[in-house]
Amino acid sequence: MFDLVKHKNKFLGVSAVFVIFGIASMAIFGFRLAVDFTGGSLWQIKVPGSDVQKIEELFKSDLNLPVSGISFDRAENIYAVTLGELSDDDRQASFEIIKSKFSSAEDLDFWRVSPSVSKELKQKSMTAVVLVMVAISLYVAFVFRKVSKPVSSWKYGLITLITLAHDVIIPAGVFALLGKFIGIAVDTNFIVALLVVMGFSVHDTIVVFDRIRENLTKARTSDISLENIVNISVNETFVRSINTSLTLVLVLLSLYFWGPAGLQYFVLTMLVGTVVGTYSSIFVASPLLVVAHKFALKRG
Amino acid sequence: MKSFKSNLFILIIVLIAAIAAGIFVTPKWYGAKHLPWNLGLDLVGGTSLTYKVDLSEVKSSEYEAVVGGLKEVIEKRVNLYGVAEPKITIAQKGDSYELIVDLAGVKDLKDAVRQIGETPRLDFREVVPEGEGAIAVKSELTGRYIAGASLAFDNLNKPVVNLKFNDEGAKIFEELTARNVGKPLAIFVDDELTDAPTVKQKISGGEATISGGGEGFTIEEAKKLVQRLNAGALSAPISLSNQRTVSATAAEDALNRIIVAGVIGTALVALFMVGYYRLLGVFAVLALLIYTAFTLAIFKSGLFGLIPSFTMTLSGIAGFILSVGMAVDANILIFERTKEEARKGVTKKAAVEEGFKRAWLSIRDSNISTIITATILYYFTSSFVQGFALTLGIGVLISMFSAIFVTRTMLKVFTKN
Repeated sequence: MFDLVKHKNKFLGVSAVFVIFGIASMAIFGFRLAVDFTGGSLWQIKVPGSDVQKIEELFKSDLNLPVSGISFDRAENIYAVTLGELSDDDRQASFEIIKSKFSSAEDLDFWRVSPSVSKELKQKSMTAVVLVMVAISLYVAFVFRKVSKPVSSWKYGLITLITLAHDVIIPAGVFALLGKFIGIAVDTNFIVALLVVMGFSVHDTIVVFDRIRENLTKARTSDISLENIVNISVNETFVRSINTSLTLVLVLLSLYFWGPAGLQYFVLTMLVGTVVGTYSSIFVASPLLVVAHKFALKRG
Repeated sequence: MKSFKSNLFILIIVLIAAIAAGIFVTPKWYGAKHLPWNLGLDLVGGTSLTYKVDLSEVKSSEYEAVVGGLKEVIEKRVNLYGVAEPKITIAQKGDSYELIVDLAGVKDLKDAVRQIGETPRLDFREVVPEGEGAIAVKSELTGRYIAGASLAFDNLNKPVVNLKFNDEGAKIFEELTARNVGKPLAIFVDDELTDAPTVKQKISGGEATISGGGEGFTIEEAKKLVQRLNAGALSAPISLSNQRTVSATAAEDALNRIIVAGVIGTALVALFMVGYYRLLGVFAVLALLIYTAFTLAIFKSGLFGLIPSFTMTLSGIAGFILSVGMAVDANILIFERTKEEARKGVTKKAAVEEGFKRAWLSIRDSNISTIITATILYYFTSSFVQGFALTLGIGVLISMFSAIFVTRTMLKVFTKN
């Protein structure tokens, strides 16, 4: 049997390093925000036989539109240009000019968001993230309400909250880093992905906690230590924790490789989150239960 | 064995229902002709415009009437552009209203975006005889002098429309009615004649009642006029808050790609399940296919008609595909538990029963946490994320049915003692 509790400090240490990295990454780089959070326009055009410099030059001098960012899909010749607010009349006039320079240009996708909406969206996204965290933690505390010995039920909830924060901070840190170095912007889809990751990560946590609860009830009359029970429970549920995550990872991988380009970063966020979430369910949540128990014992 | 027979019967019914659902959701054959999928603009191409309605000058009791009137005016404008099936929906969140205008398949927008978003133009016109007929001549009095319109009933209990002007409007209206006693005064909204009540006498004080002529109004007619007058009063200007235009080629590409990704993803999950759990896996895959057919059928029927305008968007399909990855989780939990019980040396049948019984708590608790997430997502986000939240949440609910009830019935039928 694999002795998780004995090595718990190593596993918790790895997590701590990643969480610190995540927080530092967010603090240093911040997020590059997409149009739905900043307000403005995102215009995707297909222009074969050009490059980013030429397109940027075209927007700046010929169209007189200040560009705040261009991302380029080389395989499809698609340029996603981030601009300030652009009215539809201006957009159509601009496209005529683009057409006159590049006759094979195609107008693919135009998205415009007013600043008032983006401000509201930003607030709502933050509220939703916090609300999901709190709601799930309260739910876990409620589900385990009948468990009080040796660890009281609100601690199950609190530990869930910690693992959820862990599962959100790490992918968020990764995206702050990606935003800095390859210009990936954070949009509503990113927030949605984080929320789904939280909902999913708690699946595995509940499975392990459930088993701990069951083994605790069984061992009521004997004097097996909590450490042992946690070890047994994690080992018993290890395969199913991995397998349930694996099926989701398989689906996410096929969405990443074969799915639409527009969903790629949405899927990537969930991939990172699912892997981190599975790790936290096995290697963070259960050891923390032992830590919480020891802490309570020390305080008497 | 009686229970065997009844289980077999249930299984056959479920299978028949699943096949029917499968035919119903297939985009070809029967479904294509009679009931096509209601696909979002990101999957067919077109423009979606979201207009925010500024109701700061409107009394809260009149919100719905004003927004309803705006919707009607916008519908008329959209029809001018010859859009095949324009869809205009009112989205209400607390005290704020949005009008979402979906123009599917429109290639050339020209000035549609600007014109649709203009505040309705309301003006009063004097009827001046000219030659044989008469023409309507614009007067000074326009929508911006209207304080509001409301539905009322006269002493014969017939519906009438009360019209109130602001101070400036009251003066203009007084002059106008003085000039036109006994003549009709035409009300135009967006240059279209809406009503032409006859002026009975000079009206001062800025309050008028429109009674609808000899026969009077029906309640519906009166309501409609109130809506139009209110929409035409400048009290609720609208502003474009979100525009999304997707070309048909980009949309088609996205649709094709997500279908391919969904099929590959489902196939990978199926391969894994059969590879790892062998015969049990085959049952899980069957349950997964039944799940897919049922869930898609529920989406297509708009949740059995509860959401008649349910539209499948790209993010909605993504949510559904994710739910496929989660739907087998319940089976994994059950099978692992079954294996565990079997190792204790009980009969196969008893092991399966225990597996279901003991895995249930984990399945219930973990799925509820996803449903909590989907619910919060649904209430806290804009419409395009709502599709995702809805498909994910409903998917999880149905997966509990398929993974537990359907697989259990199958195992009961096919497991020997």
